This record gives sequence, C-alpha cells and structure tokens, in this order.
Amino acid sequence: MQSQATYNYKVVRQFAVMTVIWGIVGMLVGVIIAAQLIWPELNVVEWLSYGRLRPLHTNAVIFAFGGCALFATSYYAVQRTSHAVLFAPALAAFTFWGWQLIIVLAALSLPLGFTSGKEYAELEWPIDILITLVWVSYAVVFFGTIIKRKVSHIYVANWFFGGFILTVAVLHLVNSAAIPVLAAGFLTPKSYSAYAGVQDAMIQWWYGHNAVGFFLTAGFLGMMYYFVPKQAGRPIYSYRLSVVHFWALIFTYMWAGPHHLHYTALPDWTQSVGMIFSLILLAPSWGGMINGIMTLSGAWHKLRDDPILKFMITSLSFYGMSTFEGPMMSIKTVNALSHYTDWTVGHVHSGALGWVAMISIGCIYYLLPRLFGKPEMHSKKLIEAHFWIATIGIVLYIASMWIAGVMQGLMWRATNVDGTLTYSFVESVKATYPFWTIRLLGGLLFLSGMLIMAYNMFLTIAGGKAVNDAPVLAPAAAH
Amino acid sequence: MSDFVSGFWNIYVVGIVLVSVIGCGVFLWSQSSAKSVEGETTGHVWDEDLQEYSNPLPNWWRWLFYITIIFSLFYLAMYPGLGTYQGQFNWSSAGQYDGEIKKADDLYGPIYRKFQSQDIMTVATNSEAREMGQRLFLTYCAQCHGSDAKGARSFPNLTDNDWLFGGMPEQIKESIVKGRDAMMPPKGLKPDLNGDQIKDLAHYVRSLSGLSSDSIRIQRGKELFAPSCGACHGPDGKGTLALAPNLTDKTWLYGSSEAEIINGITNGRVNRMPAWGEFLGDAKVHLLTAYVYGLGGGVKGAVAAAPVAAPAPAPVVAAPAEKK
Repeated sequence: MQSQATYNYKVVRQFAVMTVIWGIVGMLVGVIIAAQLIWPELNVVEWLSYGRLRPLHTNAVIFAFGGCALFATSYYAVQRTSHAVLFAPALAAFTFWGWQLIIVLAALSLPLGFTSGKEYAELEWPIDILITLVWVSYAVVFFGTIIKRKVSHIYVANWFFGGFILTVAVLHLVNSAAIPVLAAGFLTPKSYSAYAGVQDAMIQWWYGHNAVGFFLTAGFLGMMYYFVPKQAGRPIYSYRLSVVHFWALIFTYMWAGPHHLHYTALPDWTQSVGMIFSLILLAPSWGGMINGIMTLSGAWHKLRDDPILKFMITSLSFYGMSTFEGPMMSIKTVNALSHYTDWTVGHVHSGALGWVAMISIGCIYYLLPRLFGKPEMHSKKLIEAHFWIATIGIVLYIASMWIAGVMQGLMWRATNVDGTLTYSFVESVKATYPFWTIRLLGGLLFLSGMLIMAYNMFLTIAGGKAVNDAPVLAPAAAH
Repeated sequence: MSDFVSGFWNIYVVGIVLVSVIGCGVFLWSQSSAKSVEGETTGHVWDEDLQEYSNPLPNWWRWLFYITIIFSLFYLAMYPGLGTYQGQFNWSSAGQYDGEIKKADDLYGPIYRKFQSQDIMTVATNSEAREMGQRLFLTYCAQCHGSDAKGARSFPNLTDNDWLFGGMPEQIKESIVKGRDAMMPPKGLKPDLNGDQIKDLAHYVRSLSGLSSDSIRIQRGKELFAPSCGACHGPDGKGTLALAPNLTDKTWLYGSSEAEIINGITNGRVNRMPAWGEFLGDAKVHLLTAYVYGLGGGVKGAVAAAPVAAPAPAPVVAAPAEKK
C-alpha cells in the first residue's frame, strides 16, 4: 500500500550525531575561554589564547552545533511534510561532508590566526567560497524537495527553513565580499573587506544581527514548528498568527542591525531607524513563542513526564525572554548602560543556550530513536537529568552576567566630585571575577549536560540493529 | 547634515522608512480581519498528524504590535530618523555630547581653576590638589605608566629621579601638553654595522653600567661607540637630556639583556607619548604636572641651563620615550 520509497535518513543521521559532537567541542572551547578570563595564565600559547579561541567558540557553537542541528532537522522535516524523498541525494551528501570540512578548516585556521576580523564571519575568503558552494547546494536540496512535494500547502516549518536558507545566502555573500592580499603575484589567504569605515561597520552589523535573526531564530523557529506539535501531539495554536509573525519577523529583522552601533560614527537617523524596528520586532518575535507555548494548551500534563517537551517549552520561554530583552537593550538610553558590558554576553547566551541549544537538544532527542530504529532513547532518566543540569547552568550563566554587566556599566560611568572617573577599568575587571566564576560554573554544567546526551546517544545507537529508513507516507486525503 | 550626497536619498530614506513602519500596521490590520474559526483546524494535514488551528490573533498581542508601531511613529516625529529631518526635540548625538561637556565644565571647571594661579611647587604640596591629581592620573595616565606611576617596559617610571626630558615643572608640563616623540635610528650613524659589530657594541654598552660582558668585545665595541652612537648618547654614553638616554645607569626602558640591546641597535626604537594639552585643558594639566612632580623625582626648577640634572636618562641604546 505504501510505496517502497523511503525517506533519506542517512544525511539526517549524520548531521544529528555531529550536532552533539560539535556541541561538546564548541561548548568546551567556551568553558576554556571563560576560565581564561579568570586565570589569564591559561593563555599558554598564542594559538590557544583567548583572542584566537573566542571566534572559534562562536563559530563552533553557531555554525557547527547550530548549523548541523538545522541541517538535520530541516532535511527531516522537509521530507516528511512534503511526503517526498530528499531531492538530489548526492548534493545532500555534499552538504554534509562540505560542512564538516568547513568546520575543520575553521578549527584550524582560527587558532592559527587567520581571520577577517568580522564578528561571526571571521573565516577567510577561501573558506567563504566553500561555504557559498555548500549553501547553494543546501538551497537546491531543500527547495528541490519542496517542489517535489505531494501536498499543495507548504507547511509553516518550511517557510521558516526556506526564509533562513535564502537570507543567510544573501547575508554571507554581501558581508564576506573582500579583496585578497597579493604577495609576490600570488593570492594569500588574507583579505580585506570590500567596504570601508562606517559603511563596513553597518554592513557587518546588518549581517551580524541577521545572523541572529535568521540563522539563530528563523531556522530554529522552523524546528519549533515541526517538532513541538509532533512531540505534544497537538495542532499548531494559530495558523493566522504564524502567517503574520512570519512575514513581520523576516521583514523587521532586516532593519534592526544599527542598534549594535548606537553612539558611534553611524549617522543619528540610521541609529534611530535601527532602534524603532528593534522595538517593532518584539511582537513578531513573541508571535513564535505564543504559537509554540499555546500549542501545548490542553496538554500541559504532558510536561510532567516528558523531558523532551520540557526542553522545548523551556526553550520557548527563554526565546520570549531574550526577545523582550533585545528590544529593551536597543533603546539608546538602555544601550548607553549595557553596551560593551557582560550584560550583552548574558543576553546572547540567554538566546544561545536557552533558546537555540535547548530547542536543538529537544529535537535531536526526538530524532535519534526514529533515525536509528529504536522505540525511544536509551534512558529517559538521563534526558531528565540533562534538562535540569542544563537549565540550572543557563540560569547561573545569565544571572551572573546580568549582574556583572549592570555593575560594569555603573562603575564605568561613576564619577567623583571633581568629574574624574571613580573607578579605573581594571577595578571593574577585578569586581567581575566572582561573576565570571559563577558563569564558568554555569557553562560547565551546560557542557556536562551535553556529555550526558552524548553518552545517551551512543547507547541508543549501539543497542540497535541495522537502521531502516521510514517509508515515504502518502499524503492525508484532502478535506 | 551631510549624510546624503543628494536630495534624492533623503526622500528615499523618508519614503522607505515610513512605508515600512506604516506597512507593518496595515499588514497587521488586514490580517486581523481575515477569517478564522476559533477551535477548528484549517483542514490541512501533513505527515500523519500535523495540523493547525484556525484561531484568531490574540488581542493582547495585536495591541502590543500596534503600540510599538504608534510609538515608532511618535519617535520619528521627535527624534532624527526620517532622513535629514531633525525631529521636534532637535536632538543629535553630537549635541548631547556638547551639552554634557558644557555641563561638566560649568560644574567642575571652578574646582580645577582654583589651583591654576598657584605655582607647581605649592600645588604639589597641597593634599587636596594631590588627590585630584591622582584621580586625573588614574583616569588618563595609568594605562601606560601604571597606577603606581612606576611604568613598565617601554613606559618610563615617573617616581624615580631619572628623567628623559627633564624633571623641572615646566619640562614636565611640556611633556604632558605637547607629548614626546623619540626615535633612535637603526644602527645609529653607521648603517653598515654588521651583526658581529652590533654584538660588540652591545657588550660595550652593558659594561658601561657594570653588567657582565666579554672583555675583547668591550674593546672592539668601545671603538665603534663614538662614531655610531656618540653623537646622541655622548662620547662617554652618559646621554643628552631630551635627545638620548644615559647608558651608564641602572635604568633600562626596554631591558638590559644582550638580546634586547642587540634588538635595539639593529632595529632602532620609536616611542611616543601623546599630547594631552588640548584634551585636558590648562587647569587639569597644571594639577597633573604638580602630581607627577610630587611623585618623588621632581627637580627643583633652577637655571634653565642646567641639563643632565639627575643621573639623566637611562634606557638601552634605545631612544627616550617620555620619562616623567
């Protein structure tokens, strides 16, 4: 009755397993640099120094961990909601091996000191070209599968995945435009940005903020829209809400970048426009949170004994919190206090650990047994333990960074009766040590959770026999 | 404002911003009235059981959205945002900065000015002035000279009585107001020095302050010293105030190791202290001068023609940076 065709799970399995592996690597580097801030003597050699490892940490958690999670979940969801096998399987395989190669090249070139100096886009031009090739292939595979779909309506998760793929392509191409340095007539891996001065800064933060908005938000909302209703066994709360918040979100994010450049050489009007669109962004962001959390309405009891659902709901709560905090921090007066402090670091991690990592972890736990032909994960108790350890870790992390950030902001602006600064910079550094220690503890807890996940994953994989891909389902009869 | 190369871009920015902000509201309004049936699904099913309810937009969320749009339009009316339009409050970041600076000047100016008429020696012994001077020092000078003013590699110690540019009040003030530039050319006056000769010179220079060195190299280095280095450091290596440091004392700006001295001779040295006069203004410079003077090494202003006051400069073959 079913056709014999099966979904392409191989590439999904590969990306799902590597999500966990790169998660551990990226978060370990994060823990190391957090420790280096407390004990500077841990900067042993230059290629393992804070300045080299910090971009490695951000690249590893965003593009290696987050990227693999997005590939895995989007390839899974687009096949199942299109009722079609993945288009161009060879290209899909190329996206896996190409992406892993990019990650390895990043892990080598960044510690060696090759950097374009653009935050979240530090990789030099040869790697940028490889990223472009992989990304175009990703788009071909994804949209090819959409075109092959057996149902006329495109499921909402795929709008978000599609928006994320298209926009990241544009962001990457524009921001990475650079001129390689010639030495003795040969191209070198070093390059300089094609833009100069404040235009360069503006393009960088147009990219930087949309990397957050599309890579770390739209893509993960796609994840949410498939896996939350699946795990909860409930329909999405409101189709209309998903339409409105999708279009509003992708439109508004594009404008928000200038809030990273408040009180700089960027013209006042540009800063204002960035700020108001950041404020307008609040409602579209919360639309996703509402749609996710309200999907559970009527099934709250499931939260009691389903740790995967706990991960998902907690991630949506953190998403709501950080997308409230973001618009507030974009207000010039607030930004004057928060900018350049650890508050920003806390804000980013409430999004990165709370939202991005938690939703990814939940989805990967959902996927693993299905990908490896098992009824469920090896141990539900360990998922439960992972959830609580991770949650406590995040709370320690962001609470300590909030306090540290506000403290730093207030210390930096404090003045004596004669107008001189009350504190030298190094005094604010000294005052931050206790909070950096708590942050390190939070990071260590989060990393421990990932190690538990890896253990659970390997036992789930090991216990199984040969893995069968699931047969392609016929679409439900149209109403 | 000069942000736009032509009037067109102003109109473009105003148009696209207004259309976008208002467009968000129009889009929300149009979608609010789209049909929706509470509690029923849209009828679409994916992957066995994925469905969507046809619930309307939550009212509180809709109003949150509208409020942010209304606030944004209000903000654009009051603050710069629509191209060259400055906004009703006539605010600008440059204006805010100027206003805050003026307010600070009005508030703090008199506190500083009251010491300006006193001479440096007097100010240096006034405890209130010393406290203010220290706070200024910690804000503007400590990054290089250290919070204890004892300097670091390539940043001179200000607490001893060894001065590269002079320790009299007017000399210290000049260093702060105008900054100091120092440059020692590579290989001094003899660009053809080879590696072995440079090593000889290094040994000789080390011997000047009693550091262990090879006696044969000292001999050879001594002969090279006068033609290569003597013009600035003096034939006896005792230096020249404001030109080249004394090489015979124990003070080394870049380090006294053979390797570091060879590095200095081979590659030369360039150092600079930035000028602070314009930024800080006379009154603050006056207080800072008194503070630095009072750190312990200040030289009583006497006849202007009394160079090499104290044991004079120090650094390696290196040229001075800025000593106190």
